[in-house]
Amino acid sequence: MKTQRCKGSRDLLPEDMARFRHIEGVFRSCCLEWGYKEIRTPTLEYLHLFTSTGTLTPSMLNKVYSFLDWDGWSGERVVLRPEGTIPAARLYIENLLQLRPAKLFYVENVFSFEETGKESRERWQCGAEMVGGAKPSADVELMLLALETLSKLGIRGVALHLSHAGLIRALLRELGLTPAEQNQTFDRILDGDIKAVEKMMSVNPQLRDSVPLLFGLKGRSPGFLQNLKASLVKVFPNLEASMDDFVTIAQLLGELGCEYQVDIASGKGFEYYTGIIFRLYFEGHEVGGGGRYNDLIPLLGGGNISASGFALHVDRFMSSIEGWQDTTARFWSEARLIRSKESKSALRSPACCAKLGMWLSLTRVTPGQAITDGSFRFRVRRKSLPSF
Amino acid sequence: MQIKLALPKGRLLPWTNLLLQRSGLELSGYNEHSRSYRPQCGNFPDLFLKIFHERDIPIQVAVGNYDLGICGLDWVEELLAKYPSSALVKVRDLGYGESDLCVAVSKSARVASMEELRSEVETIRIATEYPNLAESFALRLRLRRFNVFPLWGAAGVYPPESAELALLSQTPDSPFDQELIPLTSILCSSAFLIAHQPSWESKDLSSLLHRLYAVGDIGEEIGEGLKSQGRVTRELSSSSQPQNSDLWLALPDGHQQKPALEFLRKASIRVEGQFAKSRRPTISLEGVKVKVIRPQDMPLQVANGNFDLAITGQDWLYDHLCRFPSSPVKEILDLEFGKVRVVAVVSSKLPVDSPQDLRGLLGRGSLTTLRVASEYTNIADKYARDNHLSPYRLIPTWGASEAFLPEDADLLIENVQTGRTLAQHNLKIIDTLFESSACLIGNAHVPEESSKQGRMDYVVQILRQAAKEN
Repeated sequence: MKTQRCKGSRDLLPEDMARFRHIEGVFRSCCLEWGYKEIRTPTLEYLHLFTSTGTLTPSMLNKVYSFLDWDGWSGERVVLRPEGTIPAARLYIENLLQLRPAKLFYVENVFSFEETGKESRERWQCGAEMVGGAKPSADVELMLLALETLSKLGIRGVALHLSHAGLIRALLRELGLTPAEQNQTFDRILDGDIKAVEKMMSVNPQLRDSVPLLFGLKGRSPGFLQNLKASLVKVFPNLEASMDDFVTIAQLLGELGCEYQVDIASGKGFEYYTGIIFRLYFEGHEVGGGGRYNDLIPLLGGGNISASGFALHVDRFMSSIEGWQDTTARFWSEARLIRSKESKSALRSPACCAKLGMWLSLTRVTPGQAITDGSFRFRVRRKSLPSF
Repeated sequence: MQIKLALPKGRLLPWTNLLLQRSGLELSGYNEHSRSYRPQCGNFPDLFLKIFHERDIPIQVAVGNYDLGICGLDWVEELLAKYPSSALVKVRDLGYGESDLCVAVSKSARVASMEELRSEVETIRIATEYPNLAESFALRLRLRRFNVFPLWGAAGVYPPESAELALLSQTPDSPFDQELIPLTSILCSSAFLIAHQPSWESKDLSSLLHRLYAVGDIGEEIGEGLKSQGRVTRELSSSSQPQNSDLWLALPDGHQQKPALEFLRKASIRVEGQFAKSRRPTISLEGVKVKVIRPQDMPLQVANGNFDLAITGQDWLYDHLCRFPSSPVKEILDLEFGKVRVVAVVSSKLPVDSPQDLRGLLGRGSLTTLRVASEYTNIADKYARDNHLSPYRLIPTWGASEAFLPEDADLLIENVQTGRTLAQHNLKIIDTLFESSACLIGNAHVPEESSKQGRMDYVVQILRQAAKEN
């Protein structure tokens, strides 16, 4: 029987890895320039980390890879990390609680079970979190960081869609359902079942008029939000705080010349978010997203600390990046011999060329770096071939 | 064209037999006393029948070994809870074998309502034979922290000491333990006709379906209806409050029960009570409390501290240790009764006499994948790994394992006493893994309560003396 890779998994071949490293490199340099520090959380976490906050939907948790560890006789199960934000929040609470704001980033794989194996069960994310930043400017900073990364990767025409979890939650409270029904409705929205919820809301005459305004229309300016606010807040005063937050963020983005679309329905799958939610689309596919999650750290027992973050879904735009070259090959072919104990004629001998080639291929070099092994001395240049 | 139908043993057997007879099928070998797993049908030669444990049937139908199957809806939903796109079609409710799948708590539970469950921050332990449905229930309820203990049976006896919740099936013939109160029902189950989806889509099964559909309502005929039982909240009895210093001893049910009780009797220990009903007999040892549970579940329950001592088989201890090598469970005494051999078994028709021969078959490509069926999943896994029987696939079974060979498995890891049953089923032993007898197990971690340790030493001493004299 032919041995094949596991269903729903993917091999990264040398060219894929070169692309991956390029994306990782661009993301890292952007994050470092914005003052973020790199972290990495373990692949294995306890299942209860993800159930303890009560924020992930049952259908999402049903797809978590979970199993008993070698010492799992207590019934405590571990999981392959299904997403990056909750582990990052756990890491912060466990290790960095005094650091505020903590600006953190990571490049990690996440796992979820996909039964047919046609879709990937392991995906890679570039994520950033700002813990302890409560102002709308923190949310805007994260959006700009995500957009800058995609722009530097040559991905043009990324659409920024905005929604607001605070708004959706406030509206849910108006439904007058029992707590259990609220949970069910909440889960349906999280799972993207907006239509069913619209239908349910339409039973209430006050909601019937407001819901199409919220979920049906899309706008591109703070003015649109002001119009919504004028229509909704009179009927539902508890929406005001969320609307104000939303308007401030939209104004900031406008002042920075950043285009966006207000699309409340894009807030589907908002899980633990409490405030602004943003989604990034490229050629109709969601390539990233994030938002504010002020309740997560309190629910994990870390105290009253606000936070927001985002993740870019590397697998979804990996093949679309532009303006990059496979640098691993370039570095060694562009190394120029600048000094040698050997004569030039000796260096041209096949044996010596083979030795040089082997040595350079095994050595990781960067442009401008001087390298030597005792016999040779090179300076690595970008645009010249070896002179021997 | 052959139609393959998987039939249940156990609870649903008499009614299913009645259904098949009423449908005009002349069956032989499908009754409670039958020793064969392959009933014959005299007037439907293209019908291939095999008897399985009910729990195995949805899996056998989903993987396509059988076109049709009859089993309880509870086991179908248990499979679908974890694997929703299994190739199963729920064809027809057969209207008999009703049961109510309930989440229950003990009368003396600290968490006694769904609202309290939702807001509970401590770990909720759920004991059940339905681990997938239990997990779905916990996730749907958004329980903050929960552990599911998959069991072979007797889930009702676990709360409140060993679990907060039990998810279990309530039937008229197996009502709830009197200590339990149902919190909510998650499924009303009855016998279902199920089909393998590709068979349903492409194969003409109508000749059999017409016969089954022509039969009236079997459930109505039997006059069965789920009786409301044990739903009354009772006053808490003071005796059910466990003390920390109590020593918990687990005694086996099933065929190990009789020799275990006999052994205790010889040690001058009296165990009294209605085992089948309460599973909580009393014992003539001060400070010792007893529950009757499945021997298969005991090592895990001793490892997690729910029980201090248990009488189980070395086979189940070894299976547990294969899964959890650093488990604190240890054998304290070999009780030397209930002796069996755990063996590797193949069909008599397979030209092999050893694991090496099996490896040869796989190497030559005569077998593409070795299908290994066993109740001892972890032992079977280790055996296949250690003997390099690659590639292999494990088929966990819940009983009637001999039925799997040769059509639905190639190798069976099974226990035997004499080997006569195997010979009757045209099977042969190619290897003996080890010999197993009943043993007393305990936890290597010393209990915090010194009085408990004292009791444990005392009980072990009595049993050791009895084992010597045996």
